[in-house]
Amino acid sequence: MNECLDKIIDNYLENEGNVLTILQDIEKYYGYISEDAVCRIARELDIHPSRFFGIASFYSQFHLKPRGKNIITICRGTPCHIKGSEKILGRMRMELDVSRDEETTEDQLFTLEEVNCVGACGISPVVAINGQVHGEMDINKMMREISKLRADN
Amino acid sequence: MVSLNIDGKQLSVDKSCTIMDAASKLGITVPNLCHNPDLSTFGGCRLCLVEVEGNPRPLAACATLVQEGMQVKSSTPYLERLRSTNVELLLSDHPNDCMLCERAGNCKLQELAYYYGIRENRFEGTRRTYDKQDNNPFVSREMEKCVMCGQCVRICEEIQGARAIDFSYKGLWTKVTPPFEKDLDCEFCGQCVGVCPTGALTGKMWSNKGRQKFREVDTVCSYCGCGCNLTLAVKKNQIVRVYSRKNTINEGMLCAKGRFAYEFVHSPDRLSRPLIRVNPKSNWVLEDTHDSGGPGKQVQRSPALQDFKEVSWDEALEYIAFKIREIKESSGPDAIGGLSSARCTNEENYLFQKFIRAVIGTNNIDHCARY
Amino acid sequence: MRDKELIVKVCSGTGSVSAGGAEVLQAFENLGSSYGIETGFKNGCRTQKVGCRGFCSRDVLVDVILDGEKITYEGIKPDMVPRIFEEHIIQGRPVLEWVAGDEHKKFHSGQTKVVLSLCGEIDPEELDAYVAAGGYETSLKAYTQLSPEEIIEGIKRSNLRGRGGAGFPAGHKWEFARKTRSDKKYVICNGNESDPGAFADRCIMEGDPHSIIEGMMICARAIGADKGYIYVRDSYALAVKRLRRALEQCYEQGLLGKNLFDSGLDLDIRLYPAPGAFICGEATALLKVIEGKRAMPVPRMHRTAEKGLWERPTIVNNAETLANVPRIMSRGAEWFAGLGTETSGGTKVFSLTGKVKNTGLVEIPLGMTLREIIHDIGGGISNGKSFKAVQLGGPTGGCIPESFLDHQVDYESLALAGTIMGSGGMVVFDQDTCMVDTSKFFLEITQAESCGKCTPCRIGIRRMYEILDRITKGKGRLWDIELLEELGTHIRTTSLCGFGMTAPNPVLSTIRHFRDEYAVHIKDKKCPALVCKDLLSFSCIQENCTGCGMCKKVCPADAIRGIRKKPHKIDQQLCIKCGSCIDACKFGAIHIE
Repeated sequence: MNECLDKIIDNYLENEGNVLTILQDIEKYYGYISEDAVCRIARELDIHPSRFFGIASFYSQFHLKPRGKNIITICRGTPCHIKGSEKILGRMRMELDVSRDEETTEDQLFTLEEVNCVGACGISPVVAINGQVHGEMDINKMMREISKLRADN
Repeated sequence: MVSLNIDGKQLSVDKSCTIMDAASKLGITVPNLCHNPDLSTFGGCRLCLVEVEGNPRPLAACATLVQEGMQVKSSTPYLERLRSTNVELLLSDHPNDCMLCERAGNCKLQELAYYYGIRENRFEGTRRTYDKQDNNPFVSREMEKCVMCGQCVRICEEIQGARAIDFSYKGLWTKVTPPFEKDLDCEFCGQCVGVCPTGALTGKMWSNKGRQKFREVDTVCSYCGCGCNLTLAVKKNQIVRVYSRKNTINEGMLCAKGRFAYEFVHSPDRLSRPLIRVNPKSNWVLEDTHDSGGPGKQVQRSPALQDFKEVSWDEALEYIAFKIREIKESSGPDAIGGLSSARCTNEENYLFQKFIRAVIGTNNIDHCARY
Repeated sequence: MRDKELIVKVCSGTGSVSAGGAEVLQAFENLGSSYGIETGFKNGCRTQKVGCRGFCSRDVLVDVILDGEKITYEGIKPDMVPRIFEEHIIQGRPVLEWVAGDEHKKFHSGQTKVVLSLCGEIDPEELDAYVAAGGYETSLKAYTQLSPEEIIEGIKRSNLRGRGGAGFPAGHKWEFARKTRSDKKYVICNGNESDPGAFADRCIMEGDPHSIIEGMMICARAIGADKGYIYVRDSYALAVKRLRRALEQCYEQGLLGKNLFDSGLDLDIRLYPAPGAFICGEATALLKVIEGKRAMPVPRMHRTAEKGLWERPTIVNNAETLANVPRIMSRGAEWFAGLGTETSGGTKVFSLTGKVKNTGLVEIPLGMTLREIIHDIGGGISNGKSFKAVQLGGPTGGCIPESFLDHQVDYESLALAGTIMGSGGMVVFDQDTCMVDTSKFFLEITQAESCGKCTPCRIGIRRMYEILDRITKGKGRLWDIELLEELGTHIRTTSLCGFGMTAPNPVLSTIRHFRDEYAVHIKDKKCPALVCKDLLSFSCIQENCTGCGMCKKVCPADAIRGIRKKPHKIDQQLCIKCGSCIDACKFGAIHIE
C-alpha cells in the first residue's frame, strides 16, 4: 500500500505530473480510484481531494468503486428480461452474495453489472463474462461458468 | 481607455473591462446567474448574451472584453428570446417547488422565470433527483435546484481557499459535491450559501423561519477585530438569519462565526451587566461524577450566579481601578498583567497595551495573537 | 538470392495488429532467419513494420519489395506467409491470387499522400528510417537558417488551416503567439481524437510520430517556445508507445533537449497521455487538463495563442496539422497551397467508414468532391445498396445527402452544406439507415459527453436527445420537428464552446435534408428504413411460411403461435420486436413494416 503511494508520488514529482497523472496511477495500481489512496496522496501533496474527485468522476475510464477480477455483465434488455435475465441476476446476487446497491464481491473476485442491451437478442438471455458474450444462458450454465472462474483463481 | 456604445449610450472604460462591467457603469443590468465581480469569469449560464455589431453570434457580456468602437445592444427581442429559452431549459431540470423553497421571493431563477413569464415548459424531460444527505448543522444542500452557476465552487476556491467542493460527473448529471460525495466537511464559512442564486444551498439554521418581511438591522460582528459588517434579519425581535451587504468593508464576505454563530444573542446565559464576585474562590466545590460506580473524577463546578453581585458599569470600573492601584502600591506594577482579546479592534488593543505599559508601568501584556 | 535486395513491409497499425499483423511480421522474420537471411535496418534485406497504409478493410497488408519491384499482398494471415516466402521471395514468382487487386489500386490512385506519405512506408519505431526519408532536415533549416518570421510567412503562404475542426489558419495563429511577449511559450499537439469513427490522428501518431515531433520543433522555433506537450488519448496504446519511443530517440540523438542544432535554443517535449473524453479535444478544455483541472472549457476572452496554458502564449495544433509542417517546409509553401483550394491548402485525411466497399484512411487534396471520395476511392456502396447520406466530422458533424455530393470538400462548402470538417470522420450510410435513429445515436454520445458547464449544452442537448428518443418510439408530437430546429439553433447560437456549437449538427442537418423521414416517424408512426424497433410491426407471410417452427423456437416473448407444418402467426400484443424471428426464418416469411 505505502509502496504504491510512494511510487505514485515519485512519479508525480519526477514527471511534473498533475492530478490526472496521479489518478491514472491510482487506477493502475488499485484498479479503481480508492478514496483512501486519494485522501492520503492529497494530504501528502497538499492538494484538496475535491479536485481529484471532480476529475475522477469526469472520465468513464476511472472507476469509483473497486472492480472484481472477473466482470459479469447481465443484459437487461427486454428480450433478455422476458427470457429470464432477472432470475439469473437474482440467483447470481445470491450466489456471489452481493446486494442490490453494490456490484463487487467481498473477495474482489467478481463484479456483477447490468447492461441495457448488448444487441444479441436472438440468443437471449445474454450474459457477458469478461467481455465474451454467452447466449441462451440459464442458471445451470451460469453456475458452471462461475465455478470454472473460481477454480481458475 | 476604450470607448464603446451600449444601447445608444457612449462611454469610455478601461480596456480590461468586460461588456458586463461597462454596462453596469451605465446602470444597465444584463440578466445573469453565474456572474460575480469578485470571482473569476465563468460564462456558464449564457443569459448575459448581448449583440455586438459585426458579430454574427451573440456574445456573453461577462466574458467579452470591450473593444474600441464596439456597438452593443443589451436587449433586443432576439436576445430576450434566447435568454428566455435558456431559463426555460434551466426550469425543465428544476423541481419548481417554489411553494416550499426557502429562497422563494429572493431567488434569481424565480425572478427570471417571472420576468420571462415561463409557465408551460416545452422541454419537460429527465430531472436530476438526489437523495438528501449532509448531516452538518449549517448548510443545506438540495443539488437538484442547482443551476450550475459555479459561484459556490469559485468562492470556495478563490476567496476562501478551502476547495471543499468541486464539479463532478458530466452532462446533465454534473453535480457540485464534496469529494467522493461525502457530507460537507469544511470550515462552514457559508460563503457558498451567500452566493447561491437559487435554493440549492441554504442555511439550515434559518429554514422554515420565514422568507420575507424581516426587519433589517445593520451592525458590526462582535467576534473579532476585523469588524465585518453584518445585516441581521430580525423578526419579532429575534435574529432569524445573518448576512452581509456587498458595499461593506468586508464586501459581503463572512466567516462561520459571523454567519452562523448568532444564537448567543438570545441566550439566557448571556451576561448583560458587569458582575463582581462576592464569594471567594475557595468556596467552589469539587463534585464527584460517578460513572457505573467507579471512582468518580473530580470536576470543578462553575461559579453560580449567587457567587456574584450585579453592579453598574461605574461601580465595576471604580472597583477595578481601586484594586489595580492597591496591587501596584503593595506589590509593584510587575505584579499586574494584561490579557487582551482578538475580539477587540486594533485600536482597542493598542489602547489597552498603552494603558498597561504607560499607565500601570509593566510589560506584562499579551493577547491570543500576541502583541 | 542473397545478393538481391529484399524489403518486406508489414502494416502494423492498431487495425492490423488486431488482424494479426504482429504474427505475420514474426512469421516473415522466423522464415527469414531459417533461410539464413540476416535482417536489420542497415542490411539490404529486411523485414519491417510500417504504419497504417489506410486500407484497413483488407488487413493485413504486406509489401514485398524485391530489387525495387513492389508487390502488395492483402488479407494476409500468418499461415499464408510460408507460401509467399517460398514462391515469391525464393523463386521469384509472386502469389498472384493474394496480390492486392483493382480495388487496392483504385483506393490509392485517387489519393494524394502528403501527411501520410511516410505512413506505411517507414518503420515508425526507427529514427534512422525517418532520417533516411529526409526527416529532421527541415527542422535543422528552421533552427539554423530561417528566421521565425520567415517560417511563419511560409506557413501563411501555404494556406495551412487547422485540421482539428474549426480550420483556423495555422500561420496566423503562430503569428499571434510570436508577437505576444512572454517569458514562456508552449506548443501543444492535440492528439485527443475522441470521435467514434475517426482514426486519422491515431494512424499518423502510430505510423509517423517523428513528423509530428518535427512539426512541433518548427512551430516552437517559429513562436519561440521551449516547451511542448503531446496530448494523446491513453487508450491509443500503440500511439503512446511509439510516440514515447520517438521522443526517447530524439533525446538520445540530441534532437530535443538543450541547444538544438547548436542554435542555442532549447526545446523539451513531453508526452501527455490522458483519458479520452470528447470535450478534451476543445483547446481550452485540453489546456485545463494539462493544468491538472477538470476538462471544462473556459470562455475565450483572449486567444489561446496569446494567453493559453498557465496564461502563457500557447499554440494548440492538431496532430495532422503539425505533421503537415515538415512537408510544407521541405517542398515549399506554393506546392502545398497548390494542392488545395484558394482558401485552404494541402490535403485532408479522412477516415472513410460505414457502408462503402473500401473503408480505411484516405488522404485527398482539399477541393475534391465527396462523390469522388465515396464512389471512386471508396468504391461505392457495398452490397449493391444505394447511397443515402454521408456523415462528416464525427458526432458533432452533419449528414449530407446525395444532392450535395458534387460539392467540394473544403471548410467553406462543408459549412454551407450544414456540416463541418471536424477531425475527418466520414461515415457513409446506405438506404437501410434511419436518419432519426442516427441522429439519436450521435446525440446520445454528445449529451453524455457535455462537460456540464453551460446551460444550453448541458440541458439542451439532453432535451434534444429525449425528443428524438420520443420520436423513434412513436411518441413524437406534431410540433417536435420545429421544436428540435428551434432548440438546435438555440444551442448552436448560445453555447460556450465549439462542442455545444456543433453538437446539434446531426439533428439540424438531417432535418434539413431528410425532413420527410422525421414527419413519417411522427405522423405515420413508421420507420421507412425499418430501424426504429418500436415503430415496426412483424407479421408472418402466410404463403411463404412452411410452419417449420424455427421462429417460434427463437422468439423470446413466445409471441409466435402456430401448429407444425401450418403457417404461423405473430401475436402483435406479445411481440417485442427484437427481430430474432427474421434471422431464424430461412424462407423469408417474416414481413416487417
